[in-house]
Amino acid sequence: MVPESYYVALSAVLFSMGVLGVLIRRNPLVIFMSIELMLNAANLALVAFGQRHGTTEGQALVFFVMCVAAAEVAVGLAIIVAIFRQRRRLSVDELSTLRG
Amino acid sequence: MSFVTFFVLAALAVGSAAGLLLRRNPIHGALFLVVNLGTIAALFLTLRAEFLAAVQVIVYAGAIAVLFVFAIMVLIPGKEETGPDPLRGQRLLSVPVVGVFLALVAVVVGSATLSGGPKPPVAGGADAVGRVLFTDYLFPFEVTSVLLLAAIVGVMALTKRKA
Repeated sequence: MVPESYYVALSAVLFSMGVLGVLIRRNPLVIFMSIELMLNAANLALVAFGQRHGTTEGQALVFFVMCVAAAEVAVGLAIIVAIFRQRRRLSVDELSTLRG
Repeated sequence: MSFVTFFVLAALAVGSAAGLLLRRNPIHGALFLVVNLGTIAALFLTLRAEFLAAVQVIVYAGAIAVLFVFAIMVLIPGKEETGPDPLRGQRLLSVPVVGVFLALVAVVVGSATLSGGPKPPVAGGADAVGRVLFTDYLFPFEVTSVLLLAAIVGVMALTKRKA
């Protein structure tokens, strides 16, 4: 049996790559995919910790995370489509209208 | 054997995540994301979370990936990341910052000691997860239906064309 700490280490690496994707990419769609990467890394750590403690509660929590992720992707992509309709451009750096 | 499986899956997961980060074309990124989600599902299987592995394939690799590909097809992006970068300094700085973050996480995870010995892994089939969801977590489970309904209504309101 692979120790749970290996899974947590992999989860940390995947989460960091997701953070890096959010920071370095300019396409909002790719930024969204990086957010999915981070959510999945957190899910992996949750399942590993749940198995370490011998309960299924971690898996129940992962189920809720998946629900929230599905809702988040649907709303986020709708926002991106709405922005694209208004501006015909998709770079996040140009979306600075709210800046004070 | 289980170590070999884990390391193969881990390499696939990290490699596909790197592909998502490095490829310019978002449709390649979406396909790399599907590979990544599939390897996560396989990792769930190695952790004996069979129900979550199935849900992962259906919800993430199925629905969410299709949604991404659909959005890419509708928007046809790809020219965002050409041309001068207005935030070049910040983007270059983000790489060492994430490196520091990863080092901090490694220190914390490495120094943490989990209390108690490892317990025998529990089965994560639909019956075990369903029992937890419909007893201890019944209220949050019902609230997710409201959340999904709110998401549906919100998406309809956001994308409706003004007649």
